[in-house]
Amino acid sequence: MDWAGLAGYGAFFLTMAGIYAVLALGLNVQWGFTGQFNIGIAGFFAVGAYASAIATTAPGGAHLGGFDLPVWVGLAAAMAASAVIAAAVGLLTVTLRADYLAIATIGIAEILRLVLKNEAWLTNGVRGIAGIPRPLAEMAGDHPAAILLVVLAAVAVVYLALERGRRSPWGRVLRAIRDNEPAARAAGKNVLRFRLQAFVLGSAIMGLGGALYAHTVGFISPEAFGPELVTFLVWVMLIAGGSGNNRGAVLGALAIWLVWSGTEILTGRLPPDMVTRAGAVRVLLIGVLVQVILRWRPAGLLPERSPRRDDDA
Amino acid sequence: MAPSPVIEITNVSKAFGGVLAVNRCSLAVSTGTVTGLIGPNGAGKSTLFAMVAGFLRPDAGRIRLGGRDVTGWPPHRVFAHGLVRTFQVPHGFPRLTVRENLMMVPAGQAGEGLLGAWLPGGQVRDQERRIGARADEVLEILDLTALADLPAGHLSGGQKKLLELGRAMMADAPVVLLDEPGAGVNRTLLGRLCEVIRRLNRDHGRTFWIVEHDMDLVAELCDPVMVMAGGRVIAEGTLADVRREEHVREAYLGGGSREP
Repeated sequence: MDWAGLAGYGAFFLTMAGIYAVLALGLNVQWGFTGQFNIGIAGFFAVGAYASAIATTAPGGAHLGGFDLPVWVGLAAAMAASAVIAAAVGLLTVTLRADYLAIATIGIAEILRLVLKNEAWLTNGVRGIAGIPRPLAEMAGDHPAAILLVVLAAVAVVYLALERGRRSPWGRVLRAIRDNEPAARAAGKNVLRFRLQAFVLGSAIMGLGGALYAHTVGFISPEAFGPELVTFLVWVMLIAGGSGNNRGAVLGALAIWLVWSGTEILTGRLPPDMVTRAGAVRVLLIGVLVQVILRWRPAGLLPERSPRRDDDA
Repeated sequence: MAPSPVIEITNVSKAFGGVLAVNRCSLAVSTGTVTGLIGPNGAGKSTLFAMVAGFLRPDAGRIRLGGRDVTGWPPHRVFAHGLVRTFQVPHGFPRLTVRENLMMVPAGQAGEGLLGAWLPGGQVRDQERRIGARADEVLEILDLTALADLPAGHLSGGQKKLLELGRAMMADAPVVLLDEPGAGVNRTLLGRLCEVIRRLNRDHGRTFWIVEHDMDLVAELCDPVMVMAGGRVIAEGTLADVRREEHVREAYLGGGSREP
């Protein structure tokens, strides 16, 4: 048995699960707290990945930059870029009801993907960006534990920050808006301001997820950011884990990633002519799993709970 | 001399499609009163409320609140200027606890800003404590203390109406618009509701303007009473007075509703 390979796979598995946890936490701000139906996750994920890649790769590539900046600057740039785009999108769409916002966001994700694909001066087009540095490379070289540590730290920081936000009066207003927007307006809340804040914050977190992904895999191209996979999986993770519950979002990411990558190992052992068809079966399996969870645990594995009273931290 | 008006409505109109819901309506609600607003279904009462609270923009006319022209203001600005409304169908926050439903209301919470949420200083904590204590008082008055930590979605219809009134109390607004506070509330709760409204009016000087179909409740609480029909006010006075007027009876009978 190849123990080193197994450990390496374990680290990669956890790294990817952590990246999805960050994405699910970002969606939780939008959908779980505020009731915003964003199905353009892949777009903000891609913006974050490209922003960090452009900021941190060595100069001389066929794309903009690179600027050879440290990875942590890349992560910050990714959040900033996603936040700016989310703010622009948000100003146009915050007035939209949930279902219309969904249509708008799916369109925006598609526009972003086409921009990444076609604006070669910026992104090197379909050939993508290679040589994206690993974090902590001076200390750890190419060791997979380094990126794992960074991702786990990001999950922890985002989780703690969002828990704090959820328990604050700010979070209380977001959940009120989600539950009943006219009543929140009647209570004097500037609903548009809160919705814009939630949309921008959630999207910035998704951008962070994208940057972590770029530094994990080292190479990105528009192929990786089709809407199906990322957006679909993150939604499933949040719904399965427990919308509105930050721990649920993390747990959902871990559980669904386990099923998703577990089935990849299984289908990988099938005869070659069945492998491609098995890919579709995996999506089907996830869909069935969602149905089962919604039927028996409609609020997810860890349902939302109100913060305990007088917990004013 | 008539007491000064807190709400002044001048020639306000609102049409939906081709239907004039409110038709050049003018009226004044006096400070410190509990004013009733009655009339057959479709008379335009709720539409008028929605316009005063900023939920609908009038097609024409002016609305003044406390002497200030608030026509076309968004709801949160009207609220900040001292007016809170409730809804005919209770508009609670079902997944917030009963206590959170109340605590989210007060304006000017420092913890609602991004900075206050993530770096709460003493001010945020003090406010939370104060607002929490106030919420507990209101729960006590409404007899909802035992349900404080339950999701509001679990309350009965009548309890939701009480909570709706509780949110209006938390607003500490000098002017309170209640849209059918009595509908779907049992007699015992109704008595409590009247008591609370009377107390807020008498002891705290709140002005109430109440749309209501339950004539017992109107008789109990409201003076004066305005009658609306066809999008405008057709009579105003004590309930006994307006009941005597011929065109009020016609409006009710013609509208197919029982007479007031």
